[in-house]
Amino acid sequence: LGLALYAGSLCVASSAAFLYRDYCIIGAGPSGLQAAYFLQRAGRDYIVFERSHAPGSFFALYPRHRKLISINKRYTGKSNSEFNLRHDWNSLLSHDHRLLFRRYSRDFFPDADAMVHYLEDFASLLKLRIQYNTAIVHVTLERDGQAWNGHYFLLIDQDRQNYKCSSLLVATGTWVPNVVNFPGSEYVEGYETVSINPEDFAGQTVLILGRGNSAFETAENILGVTNFIHMVSRSRVRLSWATHYVGDLRAINNGLLDTYQLKSLDGLLEGDLEDLAIIKDRKGKLHITLRFYLENRNTSAGIDSITLPQDELDNFATRAPYDRVIRCLGWKFDFSIYNRSLRMMPGKGNKKKYPQIKPNYESRGTRGLFVLGTASHSVDFRKSAGGFIHGFRYTTRAVHRLLENRHHGVPWPSTVYPITQLTNSIIKRVNEASGLYQMFSVLADIILLRENATAFEYLEEYPVGVLAELEMQTGRKAPNGLFVVIMEYGRNFSGADKDVFYYNRAVGEAQHAWQSNFLHPVIYYYKHLPTEREMRLRPPDWPLPRPDAVHHIVEDFLTDWTAPNAHILPLRRFLENCLSTDLRNFFAESCFLFTFTRQKLPPFCQQGYVRMQGLLGSEGLRRHAVEAGLLEDYILTDFSGDRPPDSHEGSQDQLLRDHAVPVRPLQHLVNAKDE
Amino acid sequence: MSAQKDRWFFSFSFLLFCASSILTRGSARLLQELSPQEYFSSLQAGRASLAYFSHNVSPGAQPFLEQIENSAEALQDYGISVVKVNCPKEDVSRYCGKENALRKAYLFRGNMLIREFPTDALFDVNSIVANVLFALLFNEVKYVETLADLQNIENALKGRLNMVFAYVPATGTAEHRAVMEAAFVYGTVHQFVLTTEATLLKDTGNDESDVSSARLFFCHCQRATDLAQPCRRTAMGQTLTMLNIHRHLKLMGAPLVTEVAEDPEKVSTVHLQLGLPLVFILSQKETYEADRRTAEFVAWQLLGKAGVALLSRDLVDLNILLRSNVALKTPDEGVPIKYLVLEDTDEVITLVEDKNKVKQIQEDEEEDEEDEDEKENNNQDIQDDQVVEAVSRDKKREQPLEQILVLTEETFHSALLETARTVVLFYASWEAVSLAVLRSYTEVADHLKGTEGVLLSRVNCWDWPGVCTKENVTQFPTIKIYEKGERSVMYNGMWGTEELTSFIMLSRVSCPLKLATIDEAEGYLRGELPSELSSYHHTSLLGVFSTATSEAREAFEEAGNILSGHVTMGMYFEDDALALSRKYAVSPPALLLARNGGRSMEGIALSKQSAQDMVQMIRYELLDIFPEITVQNLPRYLQLRKPFLILFSDGDIGQMESKEMLKLAKGRRRQAFVACWLNLKKTPVGRGILRAYFTTMPSLPVLTWVNLHAGGQVFKFPSEQSITEMNILSWLEKLKAGLEIPSSSLSEEDWKPPLPAYDFLQMMETAVPELPLHTSHRRGDTPERHPPESPGGDTAVPEEPSQEIKAEKVGSPGRDLRGTAPRLAAREKQGKRHSEL
Repeated sequence: LGLALYAGSLCVASSAAFLYRDYCIIGAGPSGLQAAYFLQRAGRDYIVFERSHAPGSFFALYPRHRKLISINKRYTGKSNSEFNLRHDWNSLLSHDHRLLFRRYSRDFFPDADAMVHYLEDFASLLKLRIQYNTAIVHVTLERDGQAWNGHYFLLIDQDRQNYKCSSLLVATGTWVPNVVNFPGSEYVEGYETVSINPEDFAGQTVLILGRGNSAFETAENILGVTNFIHMVSRSRVRLSWATHYVGDLRAINNGLLDTYQLKSLDGLLEGDLEDLAIIKDRKGKLHITLRFYLENRNTSAGIDSITLPQDELDNFATRAPYDRVIRCLGWKFDFSIYNRSLRMMPGKGNKKKYPQIKPNYESRGTRGLFVLGTASHSVDFRKSAGGFIHGFRYTTRAVHRLLENRHHGVPWPSTVYPITQLTNSIIKRVNEASGLYQMFSVLADIILLRENATAFEYLEEYPVGVLAELEMQTGRKAPNGLFVVIMEYGRNFSGADKDVFYYNRAVGEAQHAWQSNFLHPVIYYYKHLPTEREMRLRPPDWPLPRPDAVHHIVEDFLTDWTAPNAHILPLRRFLENCLSTDLRNFFAESCFLFTFTRQKLPPFCQQGYVRMQGLLGSEGLRRHAVEAGLLEDYILTDFSGDRPPDSHEGSQDQLLRDHAVPVRPLQHLVNAKDE
Repeated sequence: MSAQKDRWFFSFSFLLFCASSILTRGSARLLQELSPQEYFSSLQAGRASLAYFSHNVSPGAQPFLEQIENSAEALQDYGISVVKVNCPKEDVSRYCGKENALRKAYLFRGNMLIREFPTDALFDVNSIVANVLFALLFNEVKYVETLADLQNIENALKGRLNMVFAYVPATGTAEHRAVMEAAFVYGTVHQFVLTTEATLLKDTGNDESDVSSARLFFCHCQRATDLAQPCRRTAMGQTLTMLNIHRHLKLMGAPLVTEVAEDPEKVSTVHLQLGLPLVFILSQKETYEADRRTAEFVAWQLLGKAGVALLSRDLVDLNILLRSNVALKTPDEGVPIKYLVLEDTDEVITLVEDKNKVKQIQEDEEEDEEDEDEKENNNQDIQDDQVVEAVSRDKKREQPLEQILVLTEETFHSALLETARTVVLFYASWEAVSLAVLRSYTEVADHLKGTEGVLLSRVNCWDWPGVCTKENVTQFPTIKIYEKGERSVMYNGMWGTEELTSFIMLSRVSCPLKLATIDEAEGYLRGELPSELSSYHHTSLLGVFSTATSEAREAFEEAGNILSGHVTMGMYFEDDALALSRKYAVSPPALLLARNGGRSMEGIALSKQSAQDMVQMIRYELLDIFPEITVQNLPRYLQLRKPFLILFSDGDIGQMESKEMLKLAKGRRRQAFVACWLNLKKTPVGRGILRAYFTTMPSLPVLTWVNLHAGGQVFKFPSEQSITEMNILSWLEKLKAGLEIPSSSLSEEDWKPPLPAYDFLQMMETAVPELPLHTSHRRGDTPERHPPESPGGDTAVPEEPSQEIKAEKVGSPGRDLRGTAPRLAAREKQGKRHSEL
């Protein structure tokens, strides 16, 4: 079929000089395939352009040492497939159970070939429409008032073939290596080409530029055979277990830290690479000096005349010459193929490797151009997982849902529940939802309240950055207030210099839940949808503006938030107080009593018992409720006539009290004293 | 015992007398002036007197004389007379003659000279009294100089008498006098020991004490049994005055722990009389022994500072919190007893010892009590959901789930194909309501054990969300019945064992059931067909159709589909349907209702009704005319949205009432209200209703009219009238005319949150004031409690003075805020007080 389509499209192209698709996706990597999957399921007109002959070409080369650092956790002790995705960092989202990564590798840190294989299967099993061997070399706009976004995207491939699209999804990743230019940088080998055979480094002294996972991965590989390895980078090393950011240095790669701190010759240095200069002596050894010295030297003099730092400072750290210098400085987005009119601008500061996009993943410069996958990481760089498969598979789905609403009038999928299910639906989601968990602080579930709070509408995994535009972006209305369910780490917990193992780091009591440090669910309540201005003026580090009320579900060691008293009860109280109602469950007997003694009924009775769905409960449960003092046993009560009608309440309170407070006899005191 | 009391009484009143006489020092001159002859002749045996001999006015002795004169009164209290003997000028006898003798005072007992004092030893009243008594009480008060002396005395006393050991820096002081005065009274009860040796004081283990001040110890030698151990000592904390010593000795004499079995408000002990607090240790049968030990331990600590009583809760009906374990009664009149919850005996002691602390603890306690009061109204962390709590309490009981097949994502579809009917309960293992239903479901499984063609199964949606989503299960619990390879029916009835069992059984039979012969139809109407269902239904519905009425038949079939599981419906449309319809005087299309196994038959003509209308009609027809209202069936009658006329009865209703009510229900007014009765034996919760309606329990049966849906007024049929149709009708007329006064009205109260939630937003703001939460622009409806921050960052808000305190509580990194990680222990409820125990 793919071939036929390909042939067909060529045919169209030759006749009309271009091939048209509603959606064009550039790149058949994980995010491109993920986007293609959703478009295909929705029956949309789309095509994926891939410059290589197979999907996932980046993974065919990288990481050079082939070990993926995305975990492939095959066992969690749970069968819940949604929950298990919380610990599966490699699978893409699909309905096909065969396409779970644990079927592709048994390794906790799988080999990159498994990823290539997986992506090939993903494309072929799902019959995604991909045009391989097509490198898009130029993208430009064609103004047209009829077009979805006021313009079409015109794409030109390496064979000058033209394509026209209404919406452009850029899933090219970041693949252009970062290079630094300094005198002598010609002696530097790049990560892309450096040998991965440790034997080639035997007895050598190596300098590695960079301090990311690729740098450490390279060092790890040759650690055992080199004389010593030095690593230089401008910033200090950031360990991902301290920052909770998977893009920082992962423990699996940090063997060099061990040898450095255990005085085994290897070492880390901080310095600006721009100030560096490398000179090669006659023996081919590489010496580190500073650009400053080179600029001041007499140009006519030979190599020997160049000042080395150790000439002035004889204990200069990197005075020993190196055999090799390797550059491992990461990648950046390829900005080169976009016409100026698309205004694809690099981000600011440490986000300059990514194009500027809005929180809905749409380019700041061009409407209708969405950036997916790794290249879209500027939204949550160094915060969440949007730059990685286990994060962008969800943001890609969110973008798809936004597009469905924008172009096809399909509102954001939602389910309407009676208000009695409010606590349950939140508990269900915070316990199993993988998108909320992986894309913490970025994607959130939205609960839109219906009038009089008798029902609500549940929207999953909406990008909170565009909360203010919710009605426009989703096609759903939020006139009666809303809850936002999101997951967060403690605000001051993570960070490069933080001790994340300090004693008493975990909060155990529900009443102190707001001080929770580990990832935990947070529910924001707004009486009105926040405005754009409020979103803009939100406190720094807050994903959302100040709510009318907020609830934290206390962090849990097992990330299992189903404890009736510590998790569910405080949540219910929060929801009750926001909605000003009583969300308790009642046995049919209580509803029966309320029906005859109250003009109004609690929602549970109103929506259950009255509709002939009362909870009769077993005799055993009834007895427990009576023992707990929460249900009165009229069989046993000696009904004395002079008892005031409200004494019922009082007796319940008494029961409650006795139940709640254990008797504390004093004998322990003396015994302890005697000791 | 009583003798001892008497003695106390005596000594106490005696001392009081002394005290008052000192204070009210009489103006009468007590100093006698006698001539030597007069003096010596007046001396009586056993009576002590202090004499001073003088030659008229000797100017040098003037100040001394004054002191002697002053002490006369004090000494008189001890039966010692003070005499100034005026020596005639020419007298040169033993006492008058020598110049030297004139500088002395002489103590006589009878006419025996005990001691002569130089006037410089009698420099003031104190020294006079002290020295005189010291001399007189030579046997009662032992003077010791060394530790060995003291120990010898102590050892000799063990098991016999208690010892009062006093140290005075010097004799003749006020303290010395106080000790001697006490010894005068108590000398026969306790052994008094006196020393002026500072080293001895130190040797007795009072290193730190200031040797310049007098000390007094009560040594409990009487209870001491171990000769090797020194007697337990209780130091007197106050300065040595006669009253203080008296108080101290009295307290030492009081029983260590008083056992109390009466209202603590009425209890009075020596301690209270002496202005000391009384500590009650609240005990109960189970912990009596331990509590007694505690009480004794505390009593020793508090000896001399407070009394300790052991109060048995079992014997006294105390209206106090069960967890209170200590009570404090202060001597102040009108101050109520404080009941406290203390965790440490130290706390009890601090409570008494440190006056400031007492206050503080009391305040704390008050605060706590307020907190607790608040908590009591405000037990946010205590479960108040009856279903959740009942399910949690039942958690440990193992469920008999063997009858119910567990389905998974893999087995779900294959399992459905194996049995004719598969009942599936979709639930979530963490969700209370679905767990409650699971319990009923196991009972259903028990009932249906061995039933052919029915498989009961369950899917835990927490494990298998995929199946649940696919089966369109959006809420828990959901029960669906899957027919092999065909449709599925969702259960929409009550979550109860009987209802569910009946539903499963009824839905096994197709609805409507096509009947082939007249005989079958007749048998069906008698409730004999289908035989296995006879116990599950009461009313049979039969649609009778002529072959021509296909439209009505289709609607009937559709209605049957909707009502499947809830009713039994049959249909007959054979050629001889007319014969059947003629028999029951209906013309097809018609509906025959056979109630009570065909004993009453009703025919209803079917016109061109839609299936929905037919469902409505059938449902309505299935309602009883005069039903017994139960928890299970009330919702069906509620849907009529009519007022209820309920006859509450303790057990079955009488035939008379039943007949009259039925007449009433059948009458014209049937449309206007629901006439029903409630059996309090079967539906005991009905008592709760009566309790809400009437302040006093009316005599049963009682007939009430409740406007459930309009106004909520409750009227009671006059009990003096008999329940007859006529009486009721005329009463209802009066009701309608507004002539009756309602007994009560149903509460209009909304269902508000039972308790407040944790206000994390406020906690954040209080704890982290720099939190830039205010920067965002707020709308007009901002709650008042979040005022905008002033430019100086001044967060002081006048109406919230407690903020700072809260901030401390919340913000301090105290151990009560955080548990250890990983937290292995369960959540402790009591984080507030220390418990190093």
